[in-house]
Amino acid sequence: MKKFTMQDSGRGAISYQDNKRYLWLASVIYPMVALSGIGMYWTTGSEWSFLVPLLFIYGVSTLFDGLFGVDTSNPPEELVGQLEEDTYYRWLTYITIPIHYAVLLILATFVGTQAVSIPAVVALAITGGIYSGLGLVTAHELGHKKSTLERNLAKIVQAVPAYGHFCLEHNRGHHRDVATPEDPASSRMGESIYRFVLREIPGAFRRAWKIEQNRLERRGESRWSWRNEILQSYALTAVLQVGLLVAFGWIMIPFLAVHNFWAWWQLTSANYIEHYGLLRKKEASGRYERCQPHHSWNANHVFSNLLLFHLERHSDHHAHPVRRYQCLRDFPDVPSLPTGYFAMFVAAYIPPLWYSIMDHRLMALPHIGGDLDNVNVAPHRRAVLEARYPKTPSILAEAA
Amino acid sequence: MYDRYQCPDCGYTYSEEVGDAHEGYIPGTRFEDLPEEFTCPDCAVRYKEDFQKQCA
Repeated sequence: MKKFTMQDSGRGAISYQDNKRYLWLASVIYPMVALSGIGMYWTTGSEWSFLVPLLFIYGVSTLFDGLFGVDTSNPPEELVGQLEEDTYYRWLTYITIPIHYAVLLILATFVGTQAVSIPAVVALAITGGIYSGLGLVTAHELGHKKSTLERNLAKIVQAVPAYGHFCLEHNRGHHRDVATPEDPASSRMGESIYRFVLREIPGAFRRAWKIEQNRLERRGESRWSWRNEILQSYALTAVLQVGLLVAFGWIMIPFLAVHNFWAWWQLTSANYIEHYGLLRKKEASGRYERCQPHHSWNANHVFSNLLLFHLERHSDHHAHPVRRYQCLRDFPDVPSLPTGYFAMFVAAYIPPLWYSIMDHRLMALPHIGGDLDNVNVAPHRRAVLEARYPKTPSILAEAA
Repeated sequence: MYDRYQCPDCGYTYSEEVGDAHEGYIPGTRFEDLPEEFTCPDCAVRYKEDFQKQCA
């Protein structure tokens, strides 16, 4: 395995081997699990087979997160530069792109040509949506980079889930506003995911559009120009999805509608759990404090991280958004989710369960110290939460 | 005489001489003339006032 080495004037010889180097192929292969249901169906003839990819994402990955546990290994800071420059890692992200396209095309072809029941079509559309949602993870890794090639590839892959405004909105909007009440992509304490999604999807769309419109205005161009990066990605989506409609007929309308919505819902789910209730303080200047590691929830479970290009090491990602996935670090004292993202998504879908897992964790964080003033609270739940978490004498003494 | 300003997080450099065509800042646009809400075009997590003037 490749060894990174250097001579440091203070620490002497430093070397590092990335034990996960080849395991990162899991992030490349993972979207193909979406097709396992079709494979099983051809072997067994049972439509129950279509549930296999769903069982994998929620069941098997959660089981393996529990089994393999967390991974606290980090590359030495001195060697991060070398690790970043190793092009092997970025090639893995490149080859994931055609896989996302292939998965959608194969699922659509299957639905368009095979006589299966309505519930089977729904299961396949949901499966397609979940795994195309992973296309946003690939777009996320690529879109944060400085090179034009990677940014263009991000636009290409985010066309699969029909979310062409993702990178702009995420990089220039969400990262700027994260963990503030102004961010439609940061969830508030007491806000259910079903309320959040109604704020997140339209809010993110409007913010992305505004950012791109401002940029084009500065360039003296119309928002409807072909240089509009959101429209470029939408155009690709149109070619892909209209093509499927022409090829396979009306069945593609409900199939693609469910697929697209479910892909967006994966992003909503991730946004919901990644910053729940966390709040950056406003400084005297009117700016929010810089995003700190304690402004993101992390899951350091090795298995699901290997499926998601280290997305769950979220604190380091927000501290250094341009940093490549292989270099993201674990910090010991950051807000931590009890398990990986997929199981936490399911918890989020059952709001009372989510609150029972998360609210006490949130209030116990050292920088919050049980004080709701340090929390991003949903306005409609403030009175209830204030009654539940009254200010203790020590909080009042500190304020005075 | 033009100056260069660097993002302290990701290293993006704004050169007044070159501007930033993608962002719509024409060559010669002074750093002080960039909008107040300017954030780093690459990482977006550093504000205008965080940028560091580079020695010529």
